[in-house]
Amino acid sequence: MTKAEIVDRVVEEVGWGRRDVGETVDLVFEMIKSRLENGETVKLSGFGNFFVLEKKPRRGRNPQTGESLTLRGRRVLSFKASPVLKAEINGEESAGHEAEPGPNSDD
Amino acid sequence: MTRRELIEAIATRRPNLPRREVEHAVNEIFKAMVDVLRRGERIEIRGFGSFVVKRRAARVGLNPRTGAAVHVPAKWTPFFKAGKEIRERVDADHAAAESPATACHGAPRADPLRRVG
Repeated sequence: MTKAEIVDRVVEEVGWGRRDVGETVDLVFEMIKSRLENGETVKLSGFGNFFVLEKKPRRGRNPQTGESLTLRGRRVLSFKASPVLKAEINGEESAGHEAEPGPNSDD
Repeated sequence: MTRRELIEAIATRRPNLPRREVEHAVNEIFKAMVDVLRRGERIEIRGFGSFVVKRRAARVGLNPRTGAAVHVPAKWTPFFKAGKEIRERVDADHAAAESPATACHGAPRADPLRRVG
């Protein structure tokens, strides 16, 4: 699925024109990106959380030359799926929006 | 930011669209994504990232408290891989601290690194 297919689906469900839907979908992802860029966590209930992790600098090795070097500290984006999403994917009944972690959730 | 705040922010930026419909639209976006993942298909959103569903094989796990062996059934797990644009934007501060010639991570550098957090 691509953004265009998400737009199709929302057009069908909401009844807006493609243009309004397209701009809204773009805005949603841009908004999420700008929050993450500021280091903020984005929590989407029923879907999952996006958050930024600080990676410390570490000594690494160039696998080709074997030469040792220092990898700088980085910030990386990470995602943790909601228990609801995991249950949906595994075809389990999820008890609605804020479902309790089910028997199959590993946290 | 929560889903509610996201909806609020979108509604503020698009005053010509009824708030209730904005809420509906934002919810449908994520519902559509959940449906696709449930079918086992991948989602690719340029600049943002991609979601894939991977199979985790059944395994014998140990109960960490009792040490008893338990059967963990096979399951499907969603994964997210950040796209190039957001990856770079999230790391912009750190990357800017590098000189252009060594801007990619993994580049050698002699001076002690700035540690954040």
